Amino acid sequence: MNNTIKLRVKRSATDDFDEFTIPVQKWTTVLECILHAKHQFDHSIAVRYSCRQATCGSCGMKINGKPSLACFTKVSEIDSDTITVEPMSNFPIIRDLAVKFDRLFENHRKVMPYMDNTPPESSRMHIQSPAELDKFIQFANCIKCGLCNSACPTMATDTSFTGPQALAQAYRYVADSRDKDKDKRLRIIDDSHGIWRCHFAGSCSQVCPKGVDPAMGIQLLRGYMLGLSD
Amino acid sequence: MALLYCLVYDMRESHIMKIHYGTALAAVGLVAVHILMRMADGYHQSLEFANVLANYQFVPYAGLLEIILILLSIHGFNGLRVILLELHQGHSYEKAVSYGCIAGMIGLIAYGSRTIVMANMGMI
Repeated sequence: MNNTIKLRVKRSATDDFDEFTIPVQKWTTVLECILHAKHQFDHSIAVRYSCRQATCGSCGMKINGKPSLACFTKVSEIDSDTITVEPMSNFPIIRDLAVKFDRLFENHRKVMPYMDNTPPESSRMHIQSPAELDKFIQFANCIKCGLCNSACPTMATDTSFTGPQALAQAYRYVADSRDKDKDKRLRIIDDSHGIWRCHFAGSCSQVCPKGVDPAMGIQLLRGYMLGLSD
Repeated sequence: MALLYCLVYDMRESHIMKIHYGTALAAVGLVAVHILMRMADGYHQSLEFANVLANYQFVPYAGLLEIILILLSIHGFNGLRVILLELHQGHSYEKAVSYGCIAGMIGLIAYGSRTIVMANMGMI
């Protein structure tokens, strides 16, 4: 691998790419390359980031065309000396690589991502078996980075679509044996731009940095809707 | 009109999609029967005008064609509705698409049924 790479950053002001030559090591991440360019060459590059460890979900962007977290993508794992970074698709752009998350958060709120966990009268706590936990635990890993929504082809055409992130979160609570709002939540996503508009392209699951499988969650939710699951 | 209103606004999407999947499965089964019956005569012979008319005049077969027509119209127009809803959004547009698809579906079923009934009664 060369000691430098060419970083191409999509700029919203010119709608074109600015190019920078960045020195790299094998552990250098794409976020570090962008920050190097920002600190050394052009302070005006807009990028959102925070934790640098794939926990906060702030630095989602398209890296060589694939929605990824910049802090979680090493330069060495990209098989190219040129790295192109663009803002995520299906999100309005604020500036350069920073996009608006309003729609994602609005849809997330819409599916009631919280539990009515009033404990049963017979006990002061909820008892949940490992098997019951396994039904939803992977979906609890979602960090709301928006990569799944960016990769979703339905999100690109249907501006009212709930989106894989919110639908996966709906499944996370529907499948939780402690929750009592299942019917209410299923009714919310059962509209003309809800769960039935997913075409099962599966791209949401391919790009998730946390190993969540929203496409599977959506299919399992459909099982509840069709009466195939309890 | 009230029935139409109920159909468009009171049906949950899951009910519509159950009908969508159900009509697809039923249509696959019935179209398979329809094709197998064509094979029984020999394909070319089965398409001759007199044979086609004879099929329509055989009431169970005409009934089969009528059911296929209804199933495919419901499935097809709902599919069209879904495609149109994904192309563009907006309250008036979605209302127009839903009513338009129901009207198209009723129109196609009516026209197809008319053809089947006329052929069955020897009016063609």
